[in-house]
Amino acid sequence: MALTGIEIYKHLPKTNCKECGFPTCLAFAMKLAAKAVELSLCPYVSEEAQQALEAASRPPIRLVTIGAGESKIEVGNEVVMFRHEKTFYHPPGFVVRVKDSEPADAVGKLVAEVAGYSVERVGIELKMDGFAIENESKDGGNFVKCVELVSSKTDLPLILMSTDSSVMSQALDKVASAKPLIYAANKDNWEQMTELALKHQCPLAVCEPEGMSELAELVENVTGKGVEDVVLDPGARDFGPSLVNLTQLRRLAVRKSFRPLGYPIITFPGEAAANAEEEALLAGQQVAKYAGIIVLDHFSPGMAYPLLTLRLNIYTDPQKPIQMSPGIYEIGTPKPESPLCVTTNFSLTYFSIAGELESSGIPSWLLVCDTEGLSVLTAWSAGKFDAERIAKTVKEFNVADTVSHRSVILPGKVAVLRGELEEELPEWKIMIGPPEAWDVGGYLKQHWSA
Amino acid sequence: MAAVEVPIEKWTGKVHEVTLGGNGRKSVVVGGESTLPFLHFEGSLPRRPVIAIEVRDSEPKDWSPHLVDAWGDVLADPAAWAKKAMEYGADIIALSLRSAHPEEGNTGADEARKNVDKVLSAVDIPLIIYGPGVAEKDNEVLVAASDVAKGQRVALGNCEEKNHRTIAATCIADGHVAIGKTPIEINLAKQLNILLCDVGLSRDSILMDPTTGALGYGLEYTYSVMERLRLAALGGDAMTAMPMICTAGEESWRQKEAKFAEGMPEAWGDHLERALTWEEITAFSLFAAGADIMVVRHPGTVERMKAVIDRLMSESA
Repeated sequence: MALTGIEIYKHLPKTNCKECGFPTCLAFAMKLAAKAVELSLCPYVSEEAQQALEAASRPPIRLVTIGAGESKIEVGNEVVMFRHEKTFYHPPGFVVRVKDSEPADAVGKLVAEVAGYSVERVGIELKMDGFAIENESKDGGNFVKCVELVSSKTDLPLILMSTDSSVMSQALDKVASAKPLIYAANKDNWEQMTELALKHQCPLAVCEPEGMSELAELVENVTGKGVEDVVLDPGARDFGPSLVNLTQLRRLAVRKSFRPLGYPIITFPGEAAANAEEEALLAGQQVAKYAGIIVLDHFSPGMAYPLLTLRLNIYTDPQKPIQMSPGIYEIGTPKPESPLCVTTNFSLTYFSIAGELESSGIPSWLLVCDTEGLSVLTAWSAGKFDAERIAKTVKEFNVADTVSHRSVILPGKVAVLRGELEEELPEWKIMIGPPEAWDVGGYLKQHWSA
Repeated sequence: MAAVEVPIEKWTGKVHEVTLGGNGRKSVVVGGESTLPFLHFEGSLPRRPVIAIEVRDSEPKDWSPHLVDAWGDVLADPAAWAKKAMEYGADIIALSLRSAHPEEGNTGADEARKNVDKVLSAVDIPLIIYGPGVAEKDNEVLVAASDVAKGQRVALGNCEEKNHRTIAATCIADGHVAIGKTPIEINLAKQLNILLCDVGLSRDSILMDPTTGALGYGLEYTYSVMERLRLAALGGDAMTAMPMICTAGEESWRQKEAKFAEGMPEAWGDHLERALTWEEITAFSLFAAGADIMVVRHPGTVERMKAVIDRLMSESA
């Protein structure tokens, strides 16, 4: 775990020279502990202290990059067990597995479909992250052909899966510049696989299902030879063992700073699942509980979309909730005479009211004001959801051209804004909606007539 | 090298056990955990998380065609619906008295008595009874339901700060369990538990509903509030140690991803597959965060959740 302010303070000059911009060395140490500033701001820190502090501030889980170029996968660097403790930083990569024993045209079609898949949610484009190619045929020629086929169809990162180092070597000769993940070194082949990883400068997965001690030992063998980018496969596959193993690995890394196991983890939910639906659930478990790379054996949009949404949800920074872009949103297929509600741009507020409008069955317009991500009452009390700002939003998004009527429904909790808003928007009738989102359907049925 | 020592958390607290049913009816006990969900290696998980199926007292008018297909004719008959739900593997029937809603029939205490009685006679598993979610009507129909179900130890919801006295009083009088619902906030959840205890309801007669956000609609807020509540409970705070209940069915099936088949982006994929996965991932993520009871809608979700929980509860895990 990272050092506390006091621990850091011990390594500082303790001269309170203020050159770092803070009144005392202790104040600076506290900022360092909170990761709010860089150590380089201190001109007098000794080299010794610098090394000690840097070693201690290394992330407990190494950031590992798979692939090269824009679509590379970066995983690791996590610092907490629970997202509310800070946040989860690097969402796990969703990788789809193909096998070199499958017909080339089927592989080509699947790769094109997965690589081309994209779905939008709250203004963010969600995509799959790469491909794993398994040497199921055990034949080197087949494997190389399949690897070349996949890499000809996509720039997404690859995972090469073979325990045969000569087969791996042949494939790496073709695609090493794309920095694929080598899967995997085990206790029989680790020396050869390590050589390949070093020669080609590619990340290396280490697979050891016997236990944590055995896994740590194998990782130390590999890193002892100079490999830095390691991905762990503790071997556990089913729901229970996967949860337990991944939890223990995360704890060892972030609570105990146990370096030999401080690497991202790769999982294979399809290997334990009875069907595609179960695979999606196990993948979901691993999104929330500590996977870095999730290799899927099924792909369909109806399953990819919920999984990508889950990943987005879990990896949302709890301190910085997703904000909706201000603007006018269509709920259902509204017409110019449909009702107009106004709300804030806190995503949960938006989703509450949008969900209720949706399920009311009444198509409507929802005007979202920029309240810097605050909910209705909080924004109001912070002065970020007032008459002036609402009026400005109405004008900015030309709401008067979108709707044919001149009625706007305010959240009931800010009924107090009516008077001022009537002054700001003299042509508009200000209506007071219900205080809670869940009541808006009933409210519209009772009070709305265009 | 030395053997790696796996860190074990030493929890001091434990989730309260709550019993539903009994008295001739099958009973279901939830709670009792002394570790985080499914981590058998460092504590005890004496009770399985359970599934409740939502049954309505009147035919739902706006449900997804996939739910209508799955249930068929029984949607118009709460007793038959409850029986079928039991066949599909429900541990509990969650009877929702929607017809009392001012916009969905505005029925009163008499209708509530009749429907609760019907469902109690149709099945021998425990009941959860929900009012329509409108304060005055909730008090009216839940008090009537409580009376009809006296001695059968049902759970009554929702109990919020504004009506907690009424619901707690009827639970105490008739031997029921209150479902305290608060809006995704740890301190409000705790506060309501304290209020309920202050008016005399015992700790083993309270379930917490932290408010469910569906996948894509606030799931992460519910997820984290539940993790925090459970961590607080295991840390020894008895006022956050009530078993948790979530409504994954209602919340996921009203989102457009689950509800609508037509006019959705192609990238959303097959409607049934997407809708079911939406409910299942919502439900499963919240089990992973500590839910003890999950109220769901689709029989497919029930089957899948039971299969997965079987595997997570097996000691070999």
